[in-house]
Amino acid sequence: MTRTDHGSTTSALLEDLRGSLPPHTLVTDPSERDTYACDGLAAYRVRPGLVVLVDTAEQVATTVQACARHRVPFVARGSGTGLSGGALPHADGVLIVTSRLRTLHEVRAEDQRAVVDPGVINLEVSKAANPLGYYFAPDPSSQQICSIGGNVAENSGGAHCLKYGFTAGHVLSLDVVTPDGETVTLGTEAPDAPGYDLLGAFVGSEGTLGVATRATLRLTRLPEEVRTCLAGFASTDEAGGATSAIIADGIVPAAIEIMDALAIEAAEEAVSCGYPEGAGAVLVVELDGPAVEVAQELERVQRICADHGCFEFRAAEDAAERAEIWKGRKSAFAAVGRISPDYIVQDGVVPRTSLPEVLREMGRISRERGVRVANVFHAGDGNLHPLVLFDASEDGATERAEEVSGMILDLCIEHGGSITGEHGVGADKARYMPRMFSDEDLDTMQLVRCAFDPEHLANPGKIYPTPRMCGERPRLVHSADEAADPGAGALVF
Amino acid sequence: MSVEGALSGVCAVRPAEVQEDVDGVRPEVVARPVSTQETSALMRACSTHGLRVVVRGHGSKLAWGAPPERVDVVLETTGMDGLVEHSRGDLIATAGAGMPLARLQQQLGPHQLVVDDLASGRGRDGQGSTLGGAIATNLSGARRLWAGPLRDLVIGMRVVLADGTVAKAGGKVVKNVAGYDLAKLLTGSYGTLAVITEATVRLHPVPEATRWVRAPIPPSGLAPALRHVIDSQLVPHAVEVHATPAGEASVGVCFGGTADGTRARADTLAAELQEWAGGTVEVETVEDAETDDRPAPTSPLTDRPTLVRTTSRLSGIPELVAVATGHGMTVTGSAGVGVLRATLPEDTAAQAVAEAVQALRETSARLGGSTVVLDAPPSVKPRLDLWGPVPGLALMRRVKAEFDPGRLLAPGRFVGGL
Ligand SMILES: Cc1cc2nc3c(=O)[nH]c(=O)nc-3n(C[C@H](O)[C@H](O)[C@H](O)COP(=O)(O)OP(=O)(O)OC[C@H]3O[C@@H](n4cnc5c(N)ncnc54)[C@H](O)[C@@H]3O)c2cc1C
Repeated sequence: MTRTDHGSTTSALLEDLRGSLPPHTLVTDPSERDTYACDGLAAYRVRPGLVVLVDTAEQVATTVQACARHRVPFVARGSGTGLSGGALPHADGVLIVTSRLRTLHEVRAEDQRAVVDPGVINLEVSKAANPLGYYFAPDPSSQQICSIGGNVAENSGGAHCLKYGFTAGHVLSLDVVTPDGETVTLGTEAPDAPGYDLLGAFVGSEGTLGVATRATLRLTRLPEEVRTCLAGFASTDEAGGATSAIIADGIVPAAIEIMDALAIEAAEEAVSCGYPEGAGAVLVVELDGPAVEVAQELERVQRICADHGCFEFRAAEDAAERAEIWKGRKSAFAAVGRISPDYIVQDGVVPRTSLPEVLREMGRISRERGVRVANVFHAGDGNLHPLVLFDASEDGATERAEEVSGMILDLCIEHGGSITGEHGVGADKARYMPRMFSDEDLDTMQLVRCAFDPEHLANPGKIYPTPRMCGERPRLVHSADEAADPGAGALVF
Repeated sequence: MSVEGALSGVCAVRPAEVQEDVDGVRPEVVARPVSTQETSALMRACSTHGLRVVVRGHGSKLAWGAPPERVDVVLETTGMDGLVEHSRGDLIATAGAGMPLARLQQQLGPHQLVVDDLASGRGRDGQGSTLGGAIATNLSGARRLWAGPLRDLVIGMRVVLADGTVAKAGGKVVKNVAGYDLAKLLTGSYGTLAVITEATVRLHPVPEATRWVRAPIPPSGLAPALRHVIDSQLVPHAVEVHATPAGEASVGVCFGGTADGTRARADTLAAELQEWAGGTVEVETVEDAETDDRPAPTSPLTDRPTLVRTTSRLSGIPELVAVATGHGMTVTGSAGVGVLRATLPEDTAAQAVAEAVQALRETSARLGGSTVVLDAPPSVKPRLDLWGPVPGLALMRRVKAEFDPGRLLAPGRFVGGL
């Protein structure tokens, strides 16, 4: 099929949808469509062929059915905060936006469950559950804006996932519109539903297996006690050593995060978080649980930090002080904008024990290439977020930054890690998948895709660099090349 | 060509013995590959010759599910039983699928894979489950409340597809969202999608101290007592319920942590549970934290009761317990998670078993769960609907068709006769 073919199919589809959807759901105006051209990774921009702002789950099904009839690709979009171009639209496809699906249907403390629409904002679930003594544990830093549908699609994590696990462990059941327009329920409100764990396969599938239209979530009991502490070290080596020692001691902190000197500098400039002066690294440790044990663990953490060269240790005494400690960490991504006009947010994982070595290597790469790299990371699970700084107006700076960013991923793979811990593969990292997986591995994953979406209509061009042919069907190439090519412009976040 | 002839040279193959039936279905041979490569060669040969394969670890749960339509080859994983890696600092381990769970736990020292072997002491030579077998049946026990079900603990796998393709799923880091989570799909797939030859699992430190609080609770007190425990902030590692048709019921709550901490929490809960208890509430210190000390689902090893997994939303558990015991079943399971196992003695009439299953199925469906017959005596099993309604079955068929188009792997064993 050629591009022009797609253009005409989109208009036939539009006629079709006009007959079945209310006019206000269909966004056709080019400049309005432009507002959806990218997600949180603004370097990739494509104006969607059509935007459908659905009001109901039925409208999702209607839209997907029409796409199936006309063989037009569709992309789901929640809040558009994704950092891998997962919600990057198709020029000749439909963007299905769930942000009006915002009903919190049920919050039941006695069952530890919430039933929500996909457009519901992550933090809203916890806000609704808090008065009952519960919360939704997965807490991406973007939780004030990102949607549950996006969390499900990305299997999102957050600082507290070290102890409480990722989104996948907190979703019991999903209503899903599959690419043929059928609505199926995957999983049950109780765990261990009969049959294959399609729910487990769907979570983290980045919108390539269908559109989630309703989710049943597990709620977690609020802990009796929460203590947060901040430890200043001379270097990330020491902070990393303390992290390993804390975990080796049998403590499972709710969160354990490290920021390096450059990240601290940025955070100080942005929010004056008042971190220990002269620190080459800070470690933020949060402990939660029964009060007696949290108090004991806090003492152990303090001792371990001291043993590893910590020169300043603060433990928050109340919620306000806790927020103060977190302020620097939570602002880190945005804060880096203060010290660099442009930057790439990288997301890689290494085994926790490799952290010191990987950080040293990264330092070496950074020095050799003359590209500054700030580091903020979920140390407990080895999830690095290197921020590669550059100035796009400088000649060749963008390319150098991209090169360093790629080298960091190679470093993660060499150490037995992953190219993404929580931001997903999306359009951005599809090209790195073959570095981590063999052709056989990738083909095997795509068997699932073929079962759900043999025509490759659901978010094509994402995750996999080369779509697998399904059965004997001819391969459809829905201008996936757009997704593979970052296009013009720097990787500006 | 004989089956043995077709497989000659790929790996060790011997004729199957009489007692090696798979739930009454006679295999021709038992093949014992010692590596992923040999498994791949074996599966290639089987697919060339259209041979049906059932994977077996120690066979402790080989009869779970429906009997396969046909078995030519039993693929035994016990030749792949090594500990490949135990990274202490990373709290992960990689082992061959044939690694016995019991041996794995021993070798992990201060760490553990948090899974309770429901088949402990059963299987070939009474060796209990293998790692691969546990994963294939998504075996999860009491402490899943703490560490999650096995499906959340498996972070990577090496698998061989029906056509011999070797693929890796996931990796060896806990946090990883690169590509589909095939490990989840394959966990609990009963060997019908691929042969798991190696798995990487997430470990947890063995807590410094483990204590169980055990309270006899009359059925009328079950709902408020469970509600209290589940809503507490004491962070139990397990909340178990046990009930018999004779009307006895008890609640067991496990705490793990520091010696002082677990003592304080156990004592607090024991005092609180007194309100509903029909007798003395005991606090017991468990020396060996790895033992799941619930009553075993079955007593004698040769015994083959009807074993049912029934689930519901948390608040529905007391009703589910009542329906099960009302039908003569003994129930045990995780009230804190919403997954119970109910058994009926081997000599129960098929009609009575079918009625009990039906009653549980209706109740669990109304309460947001499901009811599945894991195993039943040979005289009973053919008369039961083992799986009940399976949401998403059409998609599951498509998944099976993609992974194993020739239906070589345990045909008929799983949901919908897949
Ligand atoms: C400042 C900042 C901090 C962040 N911090 C974190 C963090 O700590 N941890 C983390 O994991 N992520 C983080 N992210 C990334 C992002 O917020 C998460 O990936 C989030 O889950 C995306 O949600 P969304 O609603 O914005 O999804 P979108 O960006 O709209 O979409 C993301 C993907 O989900 C798919 N999708 C959306 N809705 C559905 C649906 N209903 N059904 C099927 N597929 C769907 C899309 O097609 C796309 O592939 C951060 C982002 C920002 C901007």
